[in-house]
Amino acid sequence: MNARCHERSDFVSNPSECTRLLAELRSALPHLTLLDRLEDVRPYECDGLPAYRQTPRAVVLPRTEAELKAVLDGCRRHRVPVVARGAGTGLSGGAMPHAEGIVVSLARFMKILEIDPRARLARVQPGVRNLALSEAAAPFNLYYAPDPSSQIACTLGGNVAENSGGVHCLKYGLTVHNVLAARALVLSEDGIDDVLFGGAAPDSPGFDLLAALNGSEGMLAVVTEITVRLTPKPETAQVVMASFDAVAAACDAVAAIIAAGIIPAGLEMMDRQAIAAVEPFARAGYDTEAAAILLCESDGAPEEVRHEVDRVIRVLEAAGVRQIRISQNEAERLKLWAGRKAAFPAVGRITPDYLCMDGTIPRRRLGEMLSAIAAMEQKYRLRCANVFHAGDGNLHPLIMFDAHDKEEMGRALAFGAEILELSVALGGTITGEHGVGIEKLAQMCVQFTPAELAAFAAVKAAFDPLGLLNPDKVIPTPARCREYRQTGGTRPEERDARTESDG
Amino acid sequence: MSLGVRAVEGERLADPILDGWREQLRAAADAGTTLVIEGGRSKHFYGRPISGEPLAATAYRGIIAYEPTELVITARCGTPLAEIDSALAERRQMLAFEPPRFGGSPTLGGVVAAGLSGPRRMAAGAARDFVLGARLLNGRGELLNFGGQVMKNVAGYDVSRVLAGSLGCLGVLVEVSLKVLPQPPEEASLRFELSESEALERLKGWAGQSLPISASAWNDGALWLRLSGAGPALAAAKLKLGGEMVEERAAAAFWTGLRDQTSAFFADASDALIRLALPAAAPVLDLPGPRLIEWGGSQRWCRAEAERWPALRDLARACGGHATLFRAPPDFVPDEVFTPLPPPLLRIHRALKQRFDPAGVFNRGRMYPEF
Ligand SMILES: Cc1cc2nc3c(=O)[nH]c(=O)nc-3n(C[C@H](O)[C@H](O)[C@H](O)COP(=O)(O)OP(=O)(O)OC[C@H]3O[C@@H](n4cnc5c(N)ncnc54)[C@H](O)[C@@H]3O)c2cc1C
Repeated sequence: MNARCHERSDFVSNPSECTRLLAELRSALPHLTLLDRLEDVRPYECDGLPAYRQTPRAVVLPRTEAELKAVLDGCRRHRVPVVARGAGTGLSGGAMPHAEGIVVSLARFMKILEIDPRARLARVQPGVRNLALSEAAAPFNLYYAPDPSSQIACTLGGNVAENSGGVHCLKYGLTVHNVLAARALVLSEDGIDDVLFGGAAPDSPGFDLLAALNGSEGMLAVVTEITVRLTPKPETAQVVMASFDAVAAACDAVAAIIAAGIIPAGLEMMDRQAIAAVEPFARAGYDTEAAAILLCESDGAPEEVRHEVDRVIRVLEAAGVRQIRISQNEAERLKLWAGRKAAFPAVGRITPDYLCMDGTIPRRRLGEMLSAIAAMEQKYRLRCANVFHAGDGNLHPLIMFDAHDKEEMGRALAFGAEILELSVALGGTITGEHGVGIEKLAQMCVQFTPAELAAFAAVKAAFDPLGLLNPDKVIPTPARCREYRQTGGTRPEERDARTESDG
Repeated sequence: MSLGVRAVEGERLADPILDGWREQLRAAADAGTTLVIEGGRSKHFYGRPISGEPLAATAYRGIIAYEPTELVITARCGTPLAEIDSALAERRQMLAFEPPRFGGSPTLGGVVAAGLSGPRRMAAGAARDFVLGARLLNGRGELLNFGGQVMKNVAGYDVSRVLAGSLGCLGVLVEVSLKVLPQPPEEASLRFELSESEALERLKGWAGQSLPISASAWNDGALWLRLSGAGPALAAAKLKLGGEMVEERAAAAFWTGLRDQTSAFFADASDALIRLALPAAAPVLDLPGPRLIEWGGSQRWCRAEAERWPALRDLARACGGHATLFRAPPDFVPDEVFTPLPPPLLRIHRALKQRFDPAGVFNRGRMYPEF
């Protein structure tokens, strides 16, 4: 069991055990929806990142916790790998099935169990959609603050597993800051335990394992119930669209806003290519001549918003803004945001395929990163539009390519890998909110040392000693890292040298 | 037992202080003894009493990086909180979780390892909410980096947040990166004469509204509120809330006394101090001694004889919360000071301890007797 003694390797399973498990589930749970014909499981072969696909042996869609528990216990007894799945909108292949395993869809757990407006919290099942929760809380003048652009479809269970963010994270926090408790099924050597992580009371005793569960990509436990904090709807909100002649000026304006002591409710940036893709699609009213635009939102009481917007405008003017538009009513505000929220599909319209990267870097390095990406566009002969959560330094370069052209796809993947490595070199991380999944396994070897990766494996083993939950994701094996380095990838030791000299 | 430590022998760490700690770790692992990680000793009373050889975390100090426009500060564990506070104050920024000082001189490592938060906790978040990254010296002698210096980071499990509040049981927090926030432009405090039940009722009503309340405290017939925000928002809130304005200096003294437990309520050392953490909606509780309510009803302090502690712990549990024997008189030696963990959670805790600190060297037993 000691990660240092014998080297970790990818999960090895026994296909006949899975056959036995399926037969057993069919007879023990006759009402369980169990799909195992190829055409039925095919829709589950990938998540929102279709570049990685794998059909599972079977997909089950339990309706009750008792069914779910029985399925997991079967997996435990037969040592069959199991991948939990929400809406399948993940962008790193986190919900991609295991070839010899089953997929457990939580889609049918879609009840909102409780909304307590006085305590400002909601208790939901994991299959509840992010937006559905905010809609249900709206009559109480409350909402759920983390708002990923996929909020129409993605589930709270998926949000917890990915520690998802949204455009309002700078002020209202990520998923981890808004989840008070999660009940989850844990697979131990001798059974399935129903465990409560966190609680409605603050500062639960012991280690903060709820923090580990958030962002654990379905590898530690299967979440069955989530208690979240709801946020009072601001009385009013206003968004400022500011355009700039140079990307560097827009980046400086972001730093200047923060330096002025302002934490906007949202602070997003788009570059020329993103604006060009979005404007004809969403007609949001962006400045199409600009090199970059910023969207900066203020929310709160009317007096407060007026005061903050005035200050933001003064900072923007000092930063050499080209054009400013301020939403005058709710319809205008939503229109300005609609462009940003539709950025991915808008880019999807102008290219057969695109890869969405997700590095986060210190804000002061944004300019550097963007000029490096421009140079990579030449190097790889591919276009890249940049949309990002500028306030958090979280970039979403969208690399455009055609997946039918294998050579071009290879260039796109190499382009993405170079961006991620540069994110690490600039003192940042390979993923800010989309997760590692299967996609960024190789870059984990760049960001972390073998001892750090072994520590992650130790965390997984502490929760999931049999290693059955979503195996082979997130934590690369030492062998994989060696292979990656031999083919020219950077090492974490070089990373340390770089970030330390940077100060 | 010291296998893990030996495995990395020969590999040197960058700093002589850290090398010294590794020597200490190796010796303790070989001898099967405990190392007690010590910062400023301001929270020496907190957790289960343990004995062992001290590891002086204060030796490794200094701010490594502070970039106000990034909203991040990175410092070594032994850096005095006072040094961090004054660096931040110069740029009108702060640690928004208001870590308590307890009348001593805490260090950054201790602040994060204890994971305690002050009056602003319900409005701004807890210590763990502001942890962005940490460097850990684990019980295998490995120096590990988790998280980083950026706002969003989901590469690997969020181990740095798990270290917040871990009481040094997984290793020495060598460096920490915290998110910082701008100081509020203005603050004002209000006082209301109210009974305990009236105060809890009011707090519940206000919680569902968008009001700039950054702290609340009820004790002995008076409810205090602190408002933080832009001038116009405070003016509007004052009209809505009522109450009497508290003069600025008196208000500052009140909130500091509360944060650091230097005010009269906390002064008498002959009784135990018990902390109950509850869902905010919990009703008025029949507590055996003087009480003080914070965090909108979620944190309740009670002074009582130490023998009452198990009963209060059960009461907190029955209300869906938990309790801590926060301070006990010197002659009272409790077995547990935190609410015991259910068996599956204890299993995960032990497994983590086993993997991060296989010889059980660091702060063994400080949190729970089992590890
Ligand atoms: C157009 C588009 C825009 C997006 N915008 C954003 C954005 O702004 N911000 C952002 O953060 N993300 C964004 N995403 C990514 C994605 O929507 C999020 O990661 C989301 O949280 C995934 O939720 P899901 O329900 O689809 O999960 P899935 O994709 O089904 O699963 C994701 C991971 O969660 C695990 N999982 C799911 N349910 C459970 C459970 N109950 N218990 C344990 N593990 C579970 C799975 O095993 C998998 O590892 C976007 C995606 C798309 C397609």
